[in-house]
Amino acid sequence: MIRSSTAGLSVRVTDMGVEENPLSAPLAAVVRNHIPGATGITNLKRLSGGASQETWSFDVTTAGKEPVLLILRRAPGGARDSRATAVPLETEARLIDLAGHADVPVPTVRHVLAPDDDLGHGFIMDRIAGETIARKILRDDEFAAARPKLARQCGEILARLHRIKMESLPPLRTSPARSEIMQYLETYKAHGHPHPVFELAFRWLKDNAPPEKTAHTLVHGDFRNGNLMIGPDGVRAVLDWELAHIGDPMEDLGWICVNSWRFGNIDQPVGGFGSREDMFEGYESAGGLKVDPARVKYWEVLGTLKWGVMCTIMVTAFKSGTDRSVERATIGRRSSETEVDLLRLLAPRN
Amino acid sequence: MQDQPTAAELVEAVAEFIRNHAMSQLQGHTAFHARVAANALDIVKRELEIAPSANTGEAARLKALLGREGTLEELNRELCARIENGAIGLETPGLTDHLWATTLTKLAIDQPNYSGYKRAVEEGR
Repeated sequence: MIRSSTAGLSVRVTDMGVEENPLSAPLAAVVRNHIPGATGITNLKRLSGGASQETWSFDVTTAGKEPVLLILRRAPGGARDSRATAVPLETEARLIDLAGHADVPVPTVRHVLAPDDDLGHGFIMDRIAGETIARKILRDDEFAAARPKLARQCGEILARLHRIKMESLPPLRTSPARSEIMQYLETYKAHGHPHPVFELAFRWLKDNAPPEKTAHTLVHGDFRNGNLMIGPDGVRAVLDWELAHIGDPMEDLGWICVNSWRFGNIDQPVGGFGSREDMFEGYESAGGLKVDPARVKYWEVLGTLKWGVMCTIMVTAFKSGTDRSVERATIGRRSSETEVDLLRLLAPRN
Repeated sequence: MQDQPTAAELVEAVAEFIRNHAMSQLQGHTAFHARVAANALDIVKRELEIAPSANTGEAARLKALLGREGTLEELNRELCARIENGAIGLETPGLTDHLWATTLTKLAIDQPNYSGYKRAVEEGR
């Protein structure tokens, strides 16, 4: 589901690099075969942990030229991801490639791993310089000039992403609002703890679901502050495509407005850095469909609920003993954050 | 009746020990987890102070709303079931007041610095 990230709440970078990494030799062989001029690799480091995917950073050494800075995205231990909602890494690579051709800023995919590469499932892409840690993007001086531009850029990028031709897409699950609701309802019920506010939100979402005939497009599925590589010039890359699916394009516009992704900047609904109006203008000016603000709000409600359910199920891993860390334990006590956000959306007091 | 100091005071002392003494001896990920641990103890302290009377109020509201008796968990499960089947909804008198009171209590314990909570408190004034 929502990547190991548990969504930008935790530190993204953990250096788990070791000298004699078993990936080193096969990776060096792959780059020699697929990167022109490559002689070997250095600085292999694990960036993000997590059950769903491994991300590794490394430099390719070249004969007499600058090193090439790359990223390896790989299934843990090379195995295929078993979760129903995540796309296979080969699909993710294909989507990034299509997005690049549609002028969505993404890292260039250099190589999709093949069986004889001996590295399992995954792909290699360019390493783009920039920042993904939301709080730094929202606070650091380095990004002060970029911040006012980000909401509009996000709108423009989403318009291009949503216009990618359906017939060019690899096989993806189709998940309109009703199936998203049912999926998270099942997860919530399996967890078992009563949350009357979640029940109210589920009921409201069922009663107000967009009509079945709502236009479907490619949906990124996790387009938010924390999954965008930002530089002083603005958005440099859209990352983490593993939740991509076919659905209502308004889903992406609503998800980035969920208060959890504003990181304290509650009055800047788009990612904590901008206004809905700026994002909608960018979206429509770049050829997106006419924005339906009520449907965007609908997806903000659904997104808030999704994140709330995710927080509650963190408790399961803690209680079962899978992860006894204090960090994991306390995330369960953040589901109430989404309850206050849901009440402010559905039953405002002012 | 238990002796002094109170459970809340003991928990507070441990949180202070972690923040003021232990953390300076730690590095990297362990220091990060120590901070998370101290924050978890803050939650426990607030729960010990706030929950007993808040839970009594919550149970009283639920009994009035549902017209039945039961434990706090039974009453919450009943409310969930009635919201799910549509018997109780946004238009039911007392429901949103109840949910607001219960939710604000949760936040006062769990995350009193959360932006949505602080804003909701301002809006309710």
